[in-house]
Amino acid sequence: MSDEGDDRSEHELRVSKIHNGTVIDHINGGQALNVLAILGIDGSQGEEISVGMNVPSDRLARKDIVKVEGRELSQDEVDVLSLIAPDATINIVREYDVVEKHRVERPEVVVGVLSCPNDGCISTGDEPVDSRFEVVDDGVRCSYCGTIVREGIASLIEH
Amino acid sequence: MRHDHVITSKHLSRADVETVLDRAAEIAADPSAVADRHAGALLGLLFFEPSTRTKLSFETAMKRLGGDVVDMGSVESSSVTKGETLADTVRVIEGYTDALVLRHPKEGAATMASEFVDVPLLNAGDGAGQHPTQTLLDLYTIRENAGLDDLTIGIMGDLKYGRTVHSLAYALSNFDTRQHFISPESLQLPREVVYDLHQQQGGRTGIREHQRLEAVLGDLDVLYVTRIQRERFPDESEYRKVAGEYQIDRETLEAASDDLTVMHPLPRVDEIAPEVDDTEYAAYFEQAHNGVPVRMALLDLLLSEDGGGSDE
Ligand SMILES: [Zn+2]
Repeated sequence: MSDEGDDRSEHELRVSKIHNGTVIDHINGGQALNVLAILGIDGSQGEEISVGMNVPSDRLARKDIVKVEGRELSQDEVDVLSLIAPDATINIVREYDVVEKHRVERPEVVVGVLSCPNDGCISTGDEPVDSRFEVVDDGVRCSYCGTIVREGIASLIEH
Repeated sequence: MRHDHVITSKHLSRADVETVLDRAAEIAADPSAVADRHAGALLGLLFFEPSTRTKLSFETAMKRLGGDVVDMGSVESSSVTKGETLADTVRVIEGYTDALVLRHPKEGAATMASEFVDVPLLNAGDGAGQHPTQTLLDLYTIRENAGLDDLTIGIMGDLKYGRTVHSLAYALSNFDTRQHFISPESLQLPREVVYDLHQQQGGRTGIREHQRLEAVLGDLDVLYVTRIQRERFPDESEYRKVAGEYQIDRETLEAASDDLTVMHPLPRVDEIAPEVDDTEYAAYFEQAHNGVPVRMALLDLLLSEDGGGSDE
């Protein structure tokens, strides 16, 4: 069933299949660029990237799709995406075939991805530390100052 | 104690608290027994914002254990800190000392600093964050006066910005306590703190919030008063109006139980009238004095664990 759905969206997207790499599907509509920002992928390394935005989807009203040619993203790398795209599915592609398919899982901590919104927090200054957030029930919490962020997590992504 | 650092009262288990308080009681009963216990040991004092009282209390504690202190001095007069990161400063001073005490205006400063040093680091206040040694001396005072089990405590004043209050509330959640928080609406506990307290206490939520002391005064074993600061209000008259409702005097206390213990982290301005000082209720000077044996106990436990370095 889900493969059919994928084929259909593939058709609608009119984005070419990738040879080897990672397809991140079922991203909440409008979050594709944040997904790339979190993954630190901006094309400057010459990676081949296709982005589909606001594509009709069965599971989500509108979804985004990101395809990264030549790079297999690890579970650790993609789990952080669960903060902004909890329904995302990860397809690892080799020789045009999907060889692995998995969901994103909520990580326990995210390091160096989000910046703390608290101006009084030590992690926002010039200290040689990465930001660190623990993932709690309904958001993320700064490991340094304890500030909890529940909404607008995407706006905290470090660029 | 299994901790190398004392950063937040959230990390202190009931057993940790009891270990420190028991040791503090032993030391208070016979200070001469530990007078040379840490001879030759040095404590580094890193105070990035002024707090004469806390600093003096640590200095006294270290000297009463036979040790000594090295003091970074004030930030203005100190060259070591100009433009230098805190991470660098603590790594430098760590090399001179056996333990560090840090007070810093940024929240999370002690957590971060502790990631860079191997000697025990004690948090003496980080911004609006944590102040665990104040909490331990508060707990000691509560235990001496009212006991820590089956306790009904009222915590009143600036609950939003008051770090002593947050630290104390976390630590009390390890014990069988009912906590009443009394404040003007604008200075209620931050929602983060309430969230944590509920998490920490699991199903039994012993937390209540009130805007008037009269609602609970008669039930309290301990009333912990904190200062409401002028700068939290847009103008003087608004401040006077609100702050006036959270001041106590002999007349207020007529509705209290005879066994009530009144505490305050000091300094006070006018939230407790001087006429309360010589009543049976007042425990705030005793509380301030308890800072020394409690900090002696903490330093003793941390330095003894560290000592020798062979029993890793
Ligand atoms: Zn923070």
